Amino acid sequence: MQTVFQKPEALTDVQMHYCPGCTHGIIHRLVAEAIDSLGIREQAIGVASVGCSVFAYDYFNCDMQQAAHGRAPAVATGIKRVRPDNIVFTYQGDGDLASIGMAEIVHAAARSENITVIFVNNAIYGMTSGQMAPTTLLGQKTATSPRGRTAEEMGYPIKMCELLATLEGPAYLTRVSTHDSRHVLQAGRAIKKAFEMQQQKKGFALVEVLSTCSVNWGMTPVDALKWVEQNMVPYYPLGVYKDVTAKEGN
Amino acid sequence: MARILMKGNEALSEAAIRAGLKAFYGYPITPQNEIPAYMAEHLPLRGGVYLQAESEVAAINMVYGAAGAGARVMTSSSSPGISLKQEGISYIAAAQLPCVIVNVVRNGPGLGGIQPAQGDYFQAVKGGGHGDYRLIVLAPGNVQEMADLTTLAFDLADKWRNPVMILSDGILGQMMEPVEFSENGTLQQLEKPWATTGAVGRKPNIVNTLDIIADKAEKNMQALLAKYDRIKAEEARWQEVGTEDADVILVGYGTSGRVARSAMEMARRQGLKVGLFRPITLWPFPEKRLQELAKSERTFLAVEMSAGQMIEDVRLAVNGVSPVYLSNRLGGMVPTPEDVLAKIHEIVEGRVS
Repeated sequence: MQTVFQKPEALTDVQMHYCPGCTHGIIHRLVAEAIDSLGIREQAIGVASVGCSVFAYDYFNCDMQQAAHGRAPAVATGIKRVRPDNIVFTYQGDGDLASIGMAEIVHAAARSENITVIFVNNAIYGMTSGQMAPTTLLGQKTATSPRGRTAEEMGYPIKMCELLATLEGPAYLTRVSTHDSRHVLQAGRAIKKAFEMQQQKKGFALVEVLSTCSVNWGMTPVDALKWVEQNMVPYYPLGVYKDVTAKEGN
Repeated sequence: MARILMKGNEALSEAAIRAGLKAFYGYPITPQNEIPAYMAEHLPLRGGVYLQAESEVAAINMVYGAAGAGARVMTSSSSPGISLKQEGISYIAAAQLPCVIVNVVRNGPGLGGIQPAQGDYFQAVKGGGHGDYRLIVLAPGNVQEMADLTTLAFDLADKWRNPVMILSDGILGQMMEPVEFSENGTLQQLEKPWATTGAVGRKPNIVNTLDIIADKAEKNMQALLAKYDRIKAEEARWQEVGTEDADVILVGYGTSGRVARSAMEMARRQGLKVGLFRPITLWPFPEKRLQELAKSERTFLAVEMSAGQMIEDVRLAVNGVSPVYLSNRLGGMVPTPEDVLAKIHEIVEGRVS
């Protein structure tokens, strides 16, 4: 019998803890598929962050380190600088990367650390039960913005790709989404490219993946996917914000 | 090898490179700046990585990453910067990663000043970060020890898979003395089969500190505490001078240990029976030996450049058998041997309060 679909080797058999409807599972799979297709599982060293993806070290079937909140890019820098031939990636959420870890991500990008960053943006703190995130949209209700986020009180949601694109360092910055299968496939290609950039020693690569949190958003999984398309994508436009290989005519 | 004249901070740096240092991650702060400057100058030319991090927080997390990947790695800072590193130090201790952290202590609290002090003793030996963990803490007393204890620090870190802190100060860092480097920079380079180096033909290695199942977490903590007990039993180090017949034993480490030594010699010349006990490991504190030395007719005098922090460990060790007094200066002021001698006179003449 011909196998037409199987679990990537770069994922373990452990049952994931993610809530029903959450797109973390899809994104994990895309990362694992990219690792498998490039044949780099035995070279890979992943860095899990703090937040919903804190258990990522249990799910990726490669060497893993679990970092303190926001510090994954620093931990990845520490690893990559002493093991430049390994493939080092971080997997971080929006609270981790865009709030407490803002300094670490900006400076890793500015140094063009040759690492791959998977940045899952679901506009909320999921693990701690739904607080306002740096990427929470204006008007969005959370446990700590119960009447909706206002610019006057809480400022504006941060567009990380646009912000990092002002730096000379990054080699590849792109924003993708998981709200339908076409976009999931696009996201997979972007993630694979972000790993290839590291293989080619191009420098810092980050893929921002718009993601759902149906439980903390208080929506069905289907409505959550629609909410990404109708609310997040207009504020966080999809596309490539930087690609040094494009300049080279690749 | 010939003896050469070097600053303490430079001797420490050179010893670290000779011990096989693979990466140094730092951030500027006075009075430790000679260490990153020496590393930036020499380490990349001798097969290592020097990187100035964006903050002390980032630097200690880079240390975590590199230590987890099996490299000999260190960072250095001074008091306020060491405070910033505490979260990372707690993680490193929890993940049982070997690394060396240098604190060239300055006076505090707060921004404080840049003068030598010993006010970080509690932070270094009692915790500093969150949770039940211990650092091995080494206290050099001269430039030669700045080098020798750095070599030892890397070996102890690897042997015990534990972060080691070198507690120094601005005087020890800036002073120049002759130093000799041993031919072998290090005593041992252990295999690190647990490190994240890429899972080639083996199961993945995981460096992790998350421990959310309470009964498992308790077992893991008990294993960690058992390791600490073995370190306590095997690694206590100290220097004793003239303690056998002493009526008064001075206890001081690092710079205050040097001051105490001078005071002891002055007192001996005056015919007073005074000895010196200089802890070299602050954790594990050489409490057993102090306990043996405690007698009812003997007095201990802690000499410190703090409000009196190490004195608590002296009191715990002698456990009420001997009286324990304090001679100290604060704010970056360094006690003089005359200050300490005056206190010795108060003790032997029964005027002490």
